[in-house]
Amino acid sequence: MISPESIGRTFPGTKSITVTQSEIDQFCAVIGESDTSIAPPTFSIRISLDQSEAILTSPEVGIKWDRLVHGDQKFEIKRPIKAGDVVTCSSTIESARVVAGNEIISVRSDISTADELLVSSWSTLVIRA
Amino acid sequence: MVDTGDSRMIKDQVLTEQVFTINRDLLKRYADASGDQNPIHQDEAFAKSVGLPDVIAHGMLSMALVGKYISDLAGGSANVIEFGARFTKPVIVPAGVDVDLTVSATVTEVAGEFATLAITASSAGVKVLGMAKTVIKL
Repeated sequence: MISPESIGRTFPGTKSITVTQSEIDQFCAVIGESDTSIAPPTFSIRISLDQSEAILTSPEVGIKWDRLVHGDQKFEIKRPIKAGDVVTCSSTIESARVVAGNEIISVRSDISTADELLVSSWSTLVIRA
Repeated sequence: MVDTGDSRMIKDQVLTEQVFTINRDLLKRYADASGDQNPIHQDEAFAKSVGLPDVIAHGMLSMALVGKYISDLAGGSANVIEFGARFTKPVIVPAGVDVDLTVSATVTEVAGEFATLAITASSAGVKVLGMAKTVIKL
């Protein structure tokens, strides 16, 4: 179970991530996108889910990642991510509830450069009983 | 033909559907591109051991492909402002088979320079995304 003290908390990004052109190229190639000058709309999941995993599986939060199912996902893109962007990703545990024994957690991720918010995203994660 | 960046989008307009192909090779490539190496998307024995009928596609792969569809409609990724969906059913990907992801959209609102589209996405006739919606800049 998630630690009750973590609900409503924002966890700052623990690391600075430099987005590379080869990561964008690889993602574009999978979906058939020929414009590699900016990251595709869902590219940021690569950053946000990794960051969420690090935070949610930390001892102070206590989520078991191997029981996790992705319920829904939403992105708000303020400015597309580009190669060379140096970003951090904070995670906010917006809510947590239990339905039929499954924990349903809503996490907001904000990906920003030093002076600009690029992408906010919301993930509903279901931890199966 | 998919209309690209068409500022003449009007409410209730039904946009041309597109069919993407998903197979095990694409799942491996998406796992590498996204960093999501969960074995339910690559290892049949593991997937079945946790009660799944077979290997399933990453929900985020379906969203990424729909993202490509809406980027084309919007005249480029830069015009995709919001995009969300619920993962209602898995895309099941047996070995050695190409499965479809069939995507279409309807314009639900046009306000100023923005359009809201409702998206449907199905595989093998089963709806795989629910409440899928995007806001694009015209």
